[in-house]
Amino acid sequence: MRLRGVLPRLTTPNACWSCRGPVPAAEPFCPTCKAVQPPGQADHFSRLGFARTFDLDPKLVERRYFELQRKLHPDRFATRSPKERAVSQAQATSLNEAYETLMDPLRRAAYLLKLSGIETIGDGKTVADPALLMEAMEMREALAEARTPAEVDSVVSGARRDAEAATAQLSRDFASEDLEAAKKTTLRLTYLDKLIDDARARRLNVA
Amino acid sequence: MTLLQLHEPGETPLPHEGDQALAVGIDLGTTNSVVAISAHSKPEVLRDADGNGLVPSVVAYTDAGPVVGSAAQARIVDAPETVIFSVKRLMGRGAADVKALAGTLPYKLDAAQGGMVRLLIGEKRLTPVEVSAEILRAVKAQAEQHLGREVTKAVVTVPAYFDDAARLATKDAAKLAGLEVLRLVNEPTAAALAYGLDQAAEGIYAVYDLGGGTFDISILRLEKGVFQVLATGGDASLGGDDFDHAIAEHWLADRKSELGSEPITSGEAKQTLKSARAAKEALTSRDAGDFPVMLRGKTTLHRLTRAELDRLIQPWVDKTIAICRQVVSDARLDLSEIQGVVLVGGSTRVPQVRRAVETFFGKTPLSDIDPDEVVALGAALQAEALTSGSETLLLDVLPLSLGIETMGGLVEKIVDRNTPIPVAKAQEFTTYQDGQAAMLVHVVQGERETVAECRSLARFVLAGIPPMTAGAARIRVTFQVDADGLLTVSASEKTTGIEQRVEVKPSYGLSEEEMARMLEESLEHGREDMERRLLIENRVEGQRVLLALRSALAADASMLDAGEADRIEKARQGLARAIEGDDRDRIKAAVEALEDVARPFAERRMDRAIRAGLAGHSIDEFKGDPGGCLAPDPEEEKS
Ligand SMILES: [Zn+2]
Repeated sequence: MRLRGVLPRLTTPNACWSCRGPVPAAEPFCPTCKAVQPPGQADHFSRLGFARTFDLDPKLVERRYFELQRKLHPDRFATRSPKERAVSQAQATSLNEAYETLMDPLRRAAYLLKLSGIETIGDGKTVADPALLMEAMEMREALAEARTPAEVDSVVSGARRDAEAATAQLSRDFASEDLEAAKKTTLRLTYLDKLIDDARARRLNVA
Repeated sequence: MTLLQLHEPGETPLPHEGDQALAVGIDLGTTNSVVAISAHSKPEVLRDADGNGLVPSVVAYTDAGPVVGSAAQARIVDAPETVIFSVKRLMGRGAADVKALAGTLPYKLDAAQGGMVRLLIGEKRLTPVEVSAEILRAVKAQAEQHLGREVTKAVVTVPAYFDDAARLATKDAAKLAGLEVLRLVNEPTAAALAYGLDQAAEGIYAVYDLGGGTFDISILRLEKGVFQVLATGGDASLGGDDFDHAIAEHWLADRKSELGSEPITSGEAKQTLKSARAAKEALTSRDAGDFPVMLRGKTTLHRLTRAELDRLIQPWVDKTIAICRQVVSDARLDLSEIQGVVLVGGSTRVPQVRRAVETFFGKTPLSDIDPDEVVALGAALQAEALTSGSETLLLDVLPLSLGIETMGGLVEKIVDRNTPIPVAKAQEFTTYQDGQAAMLVHVVQGERETVAECRSLARFVLAGIPPMTAGAARIRVTFQVDADGLLTVSASEKTTGIEQRVEVKPSYGLSEEEMARMLEESLEHGREDMERRLLIENRVEGQRVLLALRSALAADASMLDAGEADRIEKARQGLARAIEGDDRDRIKAAVEALEDVARPFAERRMDRAIRAGLAGHSIDEFKGDPGGCLAPDPEEEKS
């Protein structure tokens, strides 16, 4: 039974801080007095109007994010009362977090797993898979040995291809609801992303 | 940096007080400052009677009081010891950050003082905040003269790469000058706004902004009125001033033999720098020239060619290009994806700089809008957008990572650079000794791994941690960065829920007492002014309550009980009358009275909505956990 504590929060309308009237959950503005409302506890998907799925169109995520920021960003409340500005800041903060999480395949995957109670970062078991560990070490070595910009670029393009493949794999893992596989693939993508970041930094130094 | 404060009383914008829509944009520059205003998306620089739009950011402290601009500049020859220029470079900085020329500092500093640098001018001991406030007062006066009315609101620009201390110092300076800052906007972002709206540009653009003392490079995406910063970088102490120093050092080396071991005076340093600046400017359009240097009462002419100048400034130009490369990489872009590069800042007039930018980006840089004025124009556009509404949207990022000191002088990053703002991130920490009752938190900003290489923002002590075994306490430290890029830190102990007491020691800021004293001194009627603002704040709040009630009654008046309508109407009239008066305690009491009498009505509205909500849904719709969200609920934060 996982409904404990969840049911009342989602079904009950919140009380508007300004007119004290009812505001349906996740509604950013009070239907009665139009005051901006606190962001509440909606998950990142529903905040931007999506179902919980790995397959999101980044263009669409962006469009929703821009639409909402246009209404909720503190710049729209610059001449309003301190309370309204504070609420709009909290809204914009939540939108930014949702946007950053959903735009990046790795963060999106980790977040989906977290919603299902599976931690992928900092659970102390991240290096349990010997094959993955071996692959990561080989990639590190290849990068360490790259001396010229061309050599670094070749490591990067290899890692990018692998990252794209891992992203496609994640899509399949989530589609078949194989969360154990998704967790493995997410860990692999974590390594690949880290490698690409490090390679980018190294590219600046060898250039 | 602010700690545990949502807003300071007496500082709120005043939305409904008469016609308050007038707000200007101010570029508070290292070398020059510019003020502009925008109406109907057409920004315009406000010039003085002679048509000059640039106010030199120079302040002279004369017997008759401070003088700003070209009048102050003129005094460099006769009374150099009274003149302060390039003060922007000292905002939120310490004495160690002041740049020497041939071993001589251009100012006398108060050596005893730690924290933010203090300049000694005669009997005066001045903070950079006070000096900047003089510049802002002059700029404000110029705008008022031009517009024929008082100006009290502004968007002020800051280098994108300014850290928290420098941003806060800028905001404090504006406050001292009697200006309410509607928003701090990053200079390259403001420039992009001016360009984007003027040229209807779309796509990915780089803004290369080399001013007198600061360098910024920002990469933005412009799309249908959205100005989204993808990445930013820079150097808050790299600018045209460095070119001047390089030229001056070069000349001083020529005359080393005369100088012997005796250091030059600060007046000689200022004059040599002034001559160096003139040489740099002259060589933008000429190939060579002879420039005077006065030392020990003797003036000699020094020849400088374009080629020599190029060689002297090369290291700084190279440094800017290295930063560009880093930022393009941070934005995860290839150079080919960047559609255009915009030049901003007076130092981009130097031909060598233009060449370097063109070579790196592989594109002819854009400078259709005057690089000295474009930032102020963008600020004016944003000022208009904030006061009159707009369809454009500026989405900026945090320029420098924020973190706290951990064991061994290492930095643990809490918010990464280039994260979109506003942002909130929380991290949990624990005690490492049994019964540990307090914990020191040292907040730093920067990209390096050790505290020593980052900028210290503040230290504070979390006291009153209940006695527990080591590692049992769970102290949650939350960093909140607002749309101005300013940080607020709060902390609480999770296992007991005790909100922690916080003592702040800002590393390079002004203490609250100092700021209060300066405000009182700076405003002729400091105290009355504060009182007036508090009164207006209470009126605004009262009006909000009246409006909210009117909406609620319009929606659900049928739910009122017998007699309730009369009671509410009576309380409503009481508040309306209180708002007319000048007694803010009375307004407060009237707000409370009205809220009390309207509460049962609000509760009935809620009850009905809850019953309707439960009736209309099945339980299956609500499975699953709500997501994690770090954004603080301001409702909770306030209580
Ligand atoms: Zn309402």
